[in-house]
Amino acid sequence: MADVNRGNRPLSPHLQVYRLPMAAVTSIMTRITGHALVAGILLLVWWLVAAVSGPRAFAAADWVVRSWIGFIVLTGSAWALWFHTLAGIRHLFYDSGQLLRIEEAERASWAIIIGSVVLTLLSLILFFFA
Amino acid sequence: MRYITPRKAAMGLGSAHSGTADHWFLTVSSCALVLLVPAFMLVIGNAIGLSHPELVAYFGRPYPALITALFIVVGMAHFIRGTRIMIDDYFQHTARKVAIIVSVVFSWAVIAAAVFALAKMTLVTVAI
Repeated sequence: MADVNRGNRPLSPHLQVYRLPMAAVTSIMTRITGHALVAGILLLVWWLVAAVSGPRAFAAADWVVRSWIGFIVLTGSAWALWFHTLAGIRHLFYDSGQLLRIEEAERASWAIIIGSVVLTLLSLILFFFA
Repeated sequence: MRYITPRKAAMGLGSAHSGTADHWFLTVSSCALVLLVPAFMLVIGNAIGLSHPELVAYFGRPYPALITALFIVVGMAHFIRGTRIMIDDYFQHTARKVAIIVSVVFSWAVIAAAVFALAKMTLVTVAI
């Protein structure tokens, strides 16, 4: 314990003050988006089953799908699906030994974030105006 | 010095005893899903807003039905392996077993419901 230099050594990162690298943030987001997609798939499968259950069941499911709740769930799911897809493509690059340098991983992270937002906006434009 | 030969080490297929089967399945299914995701989003985008008879007729057509069925079957199979990794990270002992069982049962129920709905819509269209 006779360590005179105790205060001047590098410390291990503390979670409350450690700024996560973008690669870590997008990695966590990949897991969250993948699991959150369960909401969108449940809504759509309920809607499909309702369509073969009868007019009243379909009217209820179709109302939810076309309401503002459905809009939020499905737009959120579209973004989550694009994000998870782009992040999954990056994993295919990782597995082949590419994009592993810090600057490349950082750039790919921003490409995933910006790309997923752009693709979601394009999807909405295509849905409402085409 | 290693006391076992490389062949002997490979035969046990690692600590999981199943090798990299899950990782390889996620790789193969993710490649399929890269193609299925945009196709599925187009199919759903075209379907939302249709009237009830139009919707049943729409999913009776081969392309919307096949894309939707493939996306949900491959997607939920991918989901089972994905949740498994999360469950292995955050749950222990009995909670882990219960979570895995719930995830697998839930995923197959979603697949069955979707395939049933699509099959019924396809058959209705053929019957007309």
